Amino acid sequence: MRTKGNGISRRDVLKLGAAAAAAAALPLVHVRTSRAAGKLSVGFWDHWVPAGNAAMKKQVAAWAKKNKVEVTDDYITSIGNKIIMTASAEAQAKAGHDILAFDTWNIGNNADNLEPVDDVINALEKKYGKINPVSEYLAKVKGRWIGVPSSSGSQYKPSCARISFFKAQGLDVQAMYPAKPEHTALSDQWTWDTMLKYAGPAQKANLPFALGLGQTTDNVDWVGALFRSFGAELVDAKGNITVKSDPVKQALEYMMKLAKFLPDDVYSYDDASNNRALIAGKTALIFNPPSSWAVAKRDNPSVAADCWTFPTPAGPKGRFVPHLPYFWGIWSFSKNKSAAKDLLTFLMQREQVEERDIAVDGYDIPPFLSMSDFKIWSEVEPPRGTVFNYPVRPFHNATPSISAYPAPRDIAVQIYNRATITTLVAKMTKGGQSMDQALSWAQDELEGFTRG
Amino acid sequence: MANRSIPATFFREEIAGARAGVIRLLTRRRSTIAFLMCLPLILLIVGLVLYPGLYAIYLSLLNKRMTQFVGLGNFTFLLRRSTFRLVIFQSCLFAITAVFAKAVIGFTLAHLMHNLPAKNQRVWRGLLLIPWVIPLAISTLGWWWLFDPSYSAFNWVLSGVGLPEVAWLGDANWARFCMILVNTWWGTPFFMIMYLAALKSVSEHLYESAAIDGANAWQKMRYITLPMLRNIISITVLFSLIVTFANFDIVRILTNGGPQDQTHIFATYAFQVGIQSGDIPLGASVSLFMLPILAVASFFILRGVTRRSKETI
Repeated sequence: MRTKGNGISRRDVLKLGAAAAAAAALPLVHVRTSRAAGKLSVGFWDHWVPAGNAAMKKQVAAWAKKNKVEVTDDYITSIGNKIIMTASAEAQAKAGHDILAFDTWNIGNNADNLEPVDDVINALEKKYGKINPVSEYLAKVKGRWIGVPSSSGSQYKPSCARISFFKAQGLDVQAMYPAKPEHTALSDQWTWDTMLKYAGPAQKANLPFALGLGQTTDNVDWVGALFRSFGAELVDAKGNITVKSDPVKQALEYMMKLAKFLPDDVYSYDDASNNRALIAGKTALIFNPPSSWAVAKRDNPSVAADCWTFPTPAGPKGRFVPHLPYFWGIWSFSKNKSAAKDLLTFLMQREQVEERDIAVDGYDIPPFLSMSDFKIWSEVEPPRGTVFNYPVRPFHNATPSISAYPAPRDIAVQIYNRATITTLVAKMTKGGQSMDQALSWAQDELEGFTRG
Repeated sequence: MANRSIPATFFREEIAGARAGVIRLLTRRRSTIAFLMCLPLILLIVGLVLYPGLYAIYLSLLNKRMTQFVGLGNFTFLLRRSTFRLVIFQSCLFAITAVFAKAVIGFTLAHLMHNLPAKNQRVWRGLLLIPWVIPLAISTLGWWWLFDPSYSAFNWVLSGVGLPEVAWLGDANWARFCMILVNTWWGTPFFMIMYLAALKSVSEHLYESAAIDGANAWQKMRYITLPMLRNIISITVLFSLIVTFANFDIVRILTNGGPQDQTHIFATYAFQVGIQSGDIPLGASVSLFMLPILAVASFFILRGVTRRSKETI
């Protein structure tokens, strides 16, 4: 017996439901598939500076036209770790882009799924010299390069100081690191002990150094560079736990002295806290790329005009500048590896690297020391030359460094992401633990990281 | 008598006819239509809940490189780590404290609302629901600005009245307080609306009879309101416990587990260990730790609800 009412029968409902189900094939997770020969899909990092994406698009389009390859370029943000999760999803699905951008540690995390690119690297090194040691440490796995270090997104975190404060204290930072290719005797005196001398007056002047001791990268990076400059290694290159060594204790003793002059809330600093402190005119020194200066140019021009960027202080074992490189990796499931390698080789030519760097006001750092002389770093202002000493230059006598180096990479990535170094410091300086207690905690943590 | 041969097509036609009849029968049944209408949701749940859950269990039984089966090795490894034991403590502290605060405040608000005139109730109900309606990540960002080291509005007020500034997210105890505060602010409207609905279902006659017998306000609460609302209290507490245990946004945005891992809970620790540090099996193991805790809590709470329901019948 047919149901009357609205005149729609159950059979009609069934047909409608079936049609709707077929039409609603939900693309809940859009995982692109690699293209056949003649096509390439690339997932670039979505640059903080919007002009960076435009410059990349233009270069990719020019290459694609010349080589008759159909290229699809996506720009994936690192906010919320989206780019890391995209890589995880594509690695699990064995499907996705042909080329993907990988941040500092993620290139090693995905080593098993990436195509070796020694041929690309060898050709680039032959032309431009050795790639910096941090990139090699992160992207050379079992003797093979598994990613091409990119300039896009790669950064240093040197000192960014208020000129007027230090001048009032008797230190002319512009003379110490002038905007010209010159090594000064004064720069040899820029050590952690020297910095400590100015920390007290900075606190008294209500401009305490905004040096975070939180769990995010800005915090972990500068403390890692400090530790390395003391020769302090939590885990050595062979994987032995050396946290209870004398250099580590010396580094911790230094931090105990410095922490007294830092703001109380440095333990909750994220990656933007030091930026905000600088832009608000509340600090005399941070360790950061020029992004905070760039925002201060817009929001607080008088602070921006008072900023000068130069390398981090030196310790007993040298001067180490925190470096976070980005990489481009080719998935092993890519169906167009040769085109992918060609594109990466093209993008890493000096002309292309410089063009992209100009677009982002010098934010990007090339992996080759021979490319540390781009004009952009001399030109941006105010003040003129403010970021001349942002890239590590030959006369700086400085070495790019990554926190947790030289531990084996699969241990170092955990030390880094778990913020073991800053937590170790915080347990003593804020948590009230003795050095022995804090070191025992660290030993326990590190033993966990060495599991297979 | 000679048998006539039955054509081969006869049986095919019979079978086809029988099949068509079954299909026709099935399509006419309401249960079939109901099933097909539920099918998209079932597929969603299978695809986004069941499959990831089972895959997570599978991953948690593998070694770090996902090449070898290690059984419960990941779980025993975690229990030996002092940081993970801290995560268990913090997760329980966060969940239990926040749920208790939400229940008490929600109950109080529901009572206040219940006693307002109907016209005013609507306005207040709408206003008090706002925290729950705003997406949690956005409201947590707002709270984060209130606690920010450089721009904290709370510290601006404190310094304005001559009090010292507080390192809201830099001190472990204050950071835990802030997390619980934000979760309570966000979740209280849910409790309030559930209890308000339950209060409206309690017969006024009971209160009138109690008043005639000389019961005061506290006695009415104790002998009428609470027993009548016991089941809804149990269910809301259980639901909120599950959601709060699995919370990620608030901790991730406010503190990222710091300072010194003192605000890490299961979800944030699992993310840091699994995704950021590249040990996916260990991350899966961390997230699955919630399962036995919540299963035990669910068992006892639901058992109580079932017993009380049987008693009332």
